[in-house]
Amino acid sequence: MTALAIHGGHLVDPAAGIDALKDILLKDGRVAEIAAPGKLKHAEDAEKIDATGLTLAPGLIDIHVHLREPGQGYKETIASGTAAAAAGGFTAVAAMPNTIPVNDSPEITRWMQSLERGAQVRVFPIAAATRGSKGEAINDFAALKSAGAVAVTDDGRPILKDNIMRETLAAAARVGLTVIQHAEDTRMTQGASMNLGPVSFKLGLRGMPPEAESSMVERDIRLVTELRDSHAHLHVAHISTAAALAAVRQARRNGLRVTCEVAPHHFLLTEEHVGLYNTHAKMNPPLRSAADRDAMIEGILDGVVDAIATDHAPHAMHEKEIEFELAPNGITGLETALGLSLYWLHKQWRMPLGRVLNLLSAQPAALLGMKGRGTLAVGSYADVVIFDPKAEWTYRATESKSKAKNTPFDGWAMLGKVRWTVSEGRVVYTNAA
Amino acid sequence: MSPTIARRTFATPPAPASPFPYHPGSLLSILDLSVEGVSRLLARATELENLDSLLRDRILAKRRIALLFYESSTRTRTSFELAAKALGADTTLVSSLSSSIEKGESVKDTGLTLRALGAEAIILRHNSSGAAWLLEESTRLPVVNAGDGMHEHPTQALLDLRTILAHLRPGIREVGANTLDGVTVTIVGDILHSRVARSNMLLLPRLGARVLLCGPKELLPEMAAKAGPGIEIERDFEAAMRQSQAVMMLRIQAERLAGLQLDLDEYKASYQLTGQRLAAHAPTAIVMHPGPIIRGMEITAGVADGVQSTILEQVTNGVAIRMAVMERALTATEQGGRA
Repeated sequence: MTALAIHGGHLVDPAAGIDALKDILLKDGRVAEIAAPGKLKHAEDAEKIDATGLTLAPGLIDIHVHLREPGQGYKETIASGTAAAAAGGFTAVAAMPNTIPVNDSPEITRWMQSLERGAQVRVFPIAAATRGSKGEAINDFAALKSAGAVAVTDDGRPILKDNIMRETLAAAARVGLTVIQHAEDTRMTQGASMNLGPVSFKLGLRGMPPEAESSMVERDIRLVTELRDSHAHLHVAHISTAAALAAVRQARRNGLRVTCEVAPHHFLLTEEHVGLYNTHAKMNPPLRSAADRDAMIEGILDGVVDAIATDHAPHAMHEKEIEFELAPNGITGLETALGLSLYWLHKQWRMPLGRVLNLLSAQPAALLGMKGRGTLAVGSYADVVIFDPKAEWTYRATESKSKAKNTPFDGWAMLGKVRWTVSEGRVVYTNAA
Repeated sequence: MSPTIARRTFATPPAPASPFPYHPGSLLSILDLSVEGVSRLLARATELENLDSLLRDRILAKRRIALLFYESSTRTRTSFELAAKALGADTTLVSSLSSSIEKGESVKDTGLTLRALGAEAIILRHNSSGAAWLLEESTRLPVVNAGDGMHEHPTQALLDLRTILAHLRPGIREVGANTLDGVTVTIVGDILHSRVARSNMLLLPRLGARVLLCGPKELLPEMAAKAGPGIEIERDFEAAMRQSQAVMMLRIQAERLAGLQLDLDEYKASYQLTGQRLAAHAPTAIVMHPGPIIRGMEITAGVADGVQSTILEQVTNGVAIRMAVMERALTATEQGGRA
């Protein structure tokens, strides 16, 4: 593999404590050398990227995406989804198991990582916690882990039974896997298609009460407390309510290993964005109240939120052009996460750039134990995003690399334009100015 | 439990302005009409009703109106059809059980097909809230919402208003923001699942009326009072009746209860409109009901057939209102027209 020298850029690598002009040499898929501008020692034969005026950072990591393969290639494929990831500056994604069939086996876990899938960036499968995600029989976590799974979850079909969830947490802890829970007491959300509140009443839609999320998070925290000695790690996916976030905050104060992620749509949008039945504002968890949204921002700023994850959920056009109640949940997110995070968290709400990038790389890598990622320290994987931190631009869904265009952020202002994405030393995306 | 309210609030992007309605002739929500627009429609309904039928049937002569019905209906469907024919329009009825909808054709494709067949406006009844918006966005034709799920039924609100005015403001020619000052209308029963309730509670306060909502918690959540200005909740039926000049009864929508268990005997004890209750607490109020009525459930036969009942008058008013609404649908232009 040829070497790649990136020079003239400003390296922001919070995990390594670097925030300075640095040249960097990538070789054999790893970071080989970091030096002051013009001082790389081994870069003579390397291909060069001129990053003058640009920021380079560890490649972004999204621990919550739906790549739809196997089974639903008409929505997205591993190839198209990871192309969108690369365009968004992501160099690693963790893929949810709600595929068809459900990824509950080492075979499917390996199939998803096979070279034949044509992934542009590293794919880390998250395996189903239970057989067929039916919430009954727990899978062989050791086998799934050795096949490459980085966590287990029954995402979208949360584990309701206390004993099964307790057993899942304990079994995952024994092999060092994280349990990710999509926190929703589905007994409280039957037939519901948005947040429960005055807006759902007015629109004549059945609503999901915030308690459906918070009561499940509280139940799970209770189970983690009971399993305190086993060091179980509970990660709450796409948290969306103030009450659930408060429960996570309290669990952390109590010294429990409970973490959470927030999706950009939950720190930017509210139930008002459903407007008049806009199916691009339909997802699960739903867009919540303004108070919940504010609590998500506050949680990001004060550090209780561990990661920004997109819940990238591609759907075919025709699937969203139907009655709101019948439309599938979810929106795409890989190409808008960085631009929205920089525009709002960094520029509008003054979060330091390094902290924003941490939420999009080092912290998610640490959550799921992705060693050698989330930093550009020498010896790490050569996963790099190079972006113009000052470029403001407008996102156009039609230009998306994803097969799907279901986004509420079409036409939105973004800050920070990705110029190059390098995954394990290979340039997988370029949009040089 | 920690506080669940954020200590700060943040400036975030507002929800974008609604692009609806795309067509100035559409009537998707009662909120699509200004108070002046409501006044014009009411006045026009009276004119059309009084017009010689031989002149009237030239107004929309040979214009094509499709009635697309995904739910069963007696009153609404028939009155739209009679109203369209009274204006000379050709109508065609497409219902979900005798069309390609059964084969899985989408709302969008059904709408585009009707448009390709020459439909100039579509009257839509659908069991999903918001379906009328989907159809209008897909076809860009004038769409009249004849009831979408639990959401709205704007022509019903207009005919209810016409009925209320006939009794409480007889002879009035124009309505405005103060026309119903001092009038209280109580809507009783299954508010949660009622599109009639939603359209009425959004319309009547804009003319000055006060709307009281009455029913048990399961069928009337507290948040209903936040649907708009001028809406209050009074769970004591008799207390609500004593304040009201009009009492609007609603059917319990068994088809939308979604597993909700209700003790019907308890419900009747608290909310059934009986002759005794009416005589004791609202002896001069008009008694309304959008139909279908379930005699012996929300209303007794004696009250339904009694002198205070306007139930059949409401049905008759439906034809006049729908004539005016369909004329507007086919003649409104961006510049104003009759809208």
